[in-house]
Amino acid sequence: MLSKRIIPCLDVRDGRLTKGIRFKGNVDIGDPVETAAHYYREGADEIVFYDITASSEKRGIMIETVRKVAERIFIPFSVGGGIRNLDDMRGVLLAGAEKVSVNSSAVRDPGIISRGAESFGSQCIVLGMDVKKTGATVDIPSGYEVVIDGGRTPVGMDALRWAMKGESLGAGEICLNSIDADGTKEGYDLELNRLISSNVGIPVIASGGAGRPEHIYEVLRDNRADAALIASMTHYGTFTIRDIKTFLHDRGIKVRINW
Amino acid sequence: MVYIFSIMIAIIDYKAGNLTSVKRALDFLGRASSITNDYSAIMDAERLIFPGVGAAGSAMADLRSRKVDRAITDFFRSRKPILGICLGTQIIMEKSHENDTRCLGLIKGEVLRFPGNLLEGDGTRLKVPHMGWNSVKVKRKHPLFAEMDPGSEFYFVHSYYPVPELPDNILGETDYGIRFASVLVSGNMAATQFHPEKSGRPGLQILDNFCEWDGKEYVE
Repeated sequence: MLSKRIIPCLDVRDGRLTKGIRFKGNVDIGDPVETAAHYYREGADEIVFYDITASSEKRGIMIETVRKVAERIFIPFSVGGGIRNLDDMRGVLLAGAEKVSVNSSAVRDPGIISRGAESFGSQCIVLGMDVKKTGATVDIPSGYEVVIDGGRTPVGMDALRWAMKGESLGAGEICLNSIDADGTKEGYDLELNRLISSNVGIPVIASGGAGRPEHIYEVLRDNRADAALIASMTHYGTFTIRDIKTFLHDRGIKVRINW
Repeated sequence: MVYIFSIMIAIIDYKAGNLTSVKRALDFLGRASSITNDYSAIMDAERLIFPGVGAAGSAMADLRSRKVDRAITDFFRSRKPILGICLGTQIIMEKSHENDTRCLGLIKGEVLRFPGNLLEGDGTRLKVPHMGWNSVKVKRKHPLFAEMDPGSEFYFVHSYYPVPELPDNILGETDYGIRFASVLVSGNMAATQFHPEKSGRPGLQILDNFCEWDGKEYVE
């Protein structure tokens, strides 16, 4: 039986983590490579890097980071942020990432999903979605709207329709971030995750709102999601991956506990 | 003076492979390897790894156009150890239903797609591809799984799975709605449907075990 995945997310800017991550034991690590190695040892099932480097001339730094990470960790990891074309994808994948994720760039140019899937395989292409609750309207029948540019720009597109279109274009996975829940530490948007997950045939990673292991349990049970993205709850030493997995395992969720 | 070194581990070079991640894992283990599609370099190697991600049809076409299909077959007959990974594990079968592809035929049987209506024991619908960590039930002793914790999990990403005709070719099985053969063996060849190079410590153990394997079928 397949295990549910626990996936730490690391925000990187100009080759450094954006927030001072401080694990249990009080080690402050600003280096994404060391942090990824730490999470690898601690039992993360996968790692997501989100590159928020603004200037294009510094984009090469991320490739170098990816290369160093790939020498140290032997689990899959993905890179998102600023992936605009096949060359961006190729660069990140050749440097050693398993997957790339596209978000705003896929809304602007949905063909990037199909071109990426044709060139590198669907398993490489993650559709990142930032979603805001709006209430059902004629244009947004699911009541969830897609927003881009880090949650700033609503695009008038229904989230469920976009998820299904992303799947048909060849995305191999969806990373579903709730803008409303993000940063609240009050739990994932369960309704959103169930809605998307039950209507697509590809895995869904729940994102936004995790504050306690209970939140992860709620979103993973009954197949609301296939994986859970976490950030602050482990970045600052409040919980370890082992704490989370033990909690889930004790409640009958299948997770990888041997690593 | 010219020294000619033969490659210790040859990694087959073709379009469909995630070659660098296999090489990086071997580098980490201190095992010298080289990515090549040169026939004599492959045949001179001590052992061969045949990785792959992508689709069966284009992978076979690429192997044929580079004439690497013959190298793999000849290496298999040479009795030196050979390891297939993921798509590599499917391409050693006779035929794949993916793109209706005739494959290498080193192991009897076909490659099928996971049905779209797979259900887990509790009735939940399973997604295709089978993506993530899953366990392997090893059916008999084999050097590839030496010193392996039976609770170990491995990283899978695939929509198709091999169905060997002969039960003897099945070393390990995995459950995903159905039970499928996730590790195959035939004499000096072993093949894993999962990615050992992306499966953490147990995966590295598999690669290290392969590097120590003499290519003989283990007899209890």
